[in-house]
Amino acid sequence: MLLILWGVLIQFTIPIDNGDALKNAEADSQRTLYPYVTGTSIVAIKYKDGVLMASDMGGSYGSTLRYKNIERVKAIGKHSLLGASGEISDFQEILRYLDELVLNDNMWDDGNSLGPKEVHNYLTRVMYNRRNKFNPLWNTLVLGGVKNGEIYLGMVSMIGVSFEDNHVATGFGNHLARPILRDEWRADLSFEDGVKLLEKCMRVLLYRDRSAINKLQIAKITEEGVTVSQPYSLKTFWEFQAFHNPTAGAQGSW
Amino acid sequence: MDLNLDAPHSMGTTIVGVTYNGGVVLGADSRTSTGMYVANRASDKITQLTDNVYVCRSGSAADSQVVSDYVRYFLHQHTIQLGQPATVKVSANLIRMLAYNNKNMLQTGLIVGGWDKYEGGKIYGIPLGGTVVEQPFAIGGSGSSYLYGFFDQAWKENMTKEEAEQLVVKAVSLAIARDGASGGVVRTVIINSEGVTRNFYPGDKLQLWHEELEPQNSLLDILNAAGPEPMAM
Repeated sequence: MLLILWGVLIQFTIPIDNGDALKNAEADSQRTLYPYVTGTSIVAIKYKDGVLMASDMGGSYGSTLRYKNIERVKAIGKHSLLGASGEISDFQEILRYLDELVLNDNMWDDGNSLGPKEVHNYLTRVMYNRRNKFNPLWNTLVLGGVKNGEIYLGMVSMIGVSFEDNHVATGFGNHLARPILRDEWRADLSFEDGVKLLEKCMRVLLYRDRSAINKLQIAKITEEGVTVSQPYSLKTFWEFQAFHNPTAGAQGSW
Repeated sequence: MDLNLDAPHSMGTTIVGVTYNGGVVLGADSRTSTGMYVANRASDKITQLTDNVYVCRSGSAADSQVVSDYVRYFLHQHTIQLGQPATVKVSANLIRMLAYNNKNMLQTGLIVGGWDKYEGGKIYGIPLGGTVVEQPFAIGGSGSSYLYGFFDQAWKENMTKEEAEQLVVKAVSLAIARDGASGGVVRTVIINSEGVTRNFYPGDKLQLWHEELEPQNSLLDILNAAGPEPMAM
């Protein structure tokens, strides 16, 4: 009876009738059309001892900043950090897949554990295969980690584009944060300098990304393990003369 | 077909779920509309899943009913096999499973609330798409747009049962005042270790808001009550 119940649960997708599969190209296919609850940018950099990853804690629902306590960076196994932007329900599903992956990895009980490179590869396969079925997981994922001294940072998009780099960012971060990182990133960044650099990026995103909220977390992964900071807020600067008197030079302008 | 990525569908109804020191209070309006017509002015949108877990339904009436029915069925079997009451988390996850796997077809936002012996009172919000978010309080439905600011200001931790219920009633009542898709009566359900209490607040039991007037039986009553006749003693 237990088996029957779980069988029903696992396959429980209500069948849809798009018509005759012979005459209608879209019959018997389903696709995700648009995201509902979304997370905005993730910014991540390699630094001297490992990887630093920053994200805010917002879940937007269209233009409403609906959820303000969503953790978008999670530890995976012993050696990796996964950050996600895009549809939160799909991110939650990916975490379930990874839970199973890590569980099976542990069950071998052979002293080996999945490193960031393997997890990144797995995610790339999942994302690309879903894209091929026209039913993507609507996320851009950032995967960082350290194993056996090797520092790894990579990214996978919802269409399966996958690559590694010294610094990555998703969404608005691509446009606003990466130019800063291209200019100021160095391989030998200390933890403090790395955090300051990420905060510089996150502050710009706060000013210029409508879906950003002022509540962020920075996660660190080194050979020793994962630490995710407590949520905190950044100070912002508004004391430009031009901000106080924007129309001084031209009355009626903005 | 209109692919507007920025505006999710708005959903008729106001639903609210709030945790307090000892349990949860769920609240909802009672209007079900078909276009501009009010098909049911006294609906019950707070539906029982188990003895200790209830769900507030918003969005498509049909979708939310069928999802609740399946989850009630699964939870019933789960309770038999487990030998003890199901937890709120399991209930929320079953709803999530249906909502996520059928995201292309379902249009329903749900708030799951209940009490179990492991975690006490818990509220889980499950919006469109099938995300699950555990929250100290949750709001949903089209009427909830008018409540974000209200809750930002009025919510506080560790309220008493009475404070929590008053907050819920006030909130749903405020939303009804401004949202055309919400109306009727305010229903609440309080769930804690002692059990479940259902309450019913018709319009005349609620306080009046801006530009709302005290209901009368007739204009005639007002006219008759107006000032004394001239020269009367």
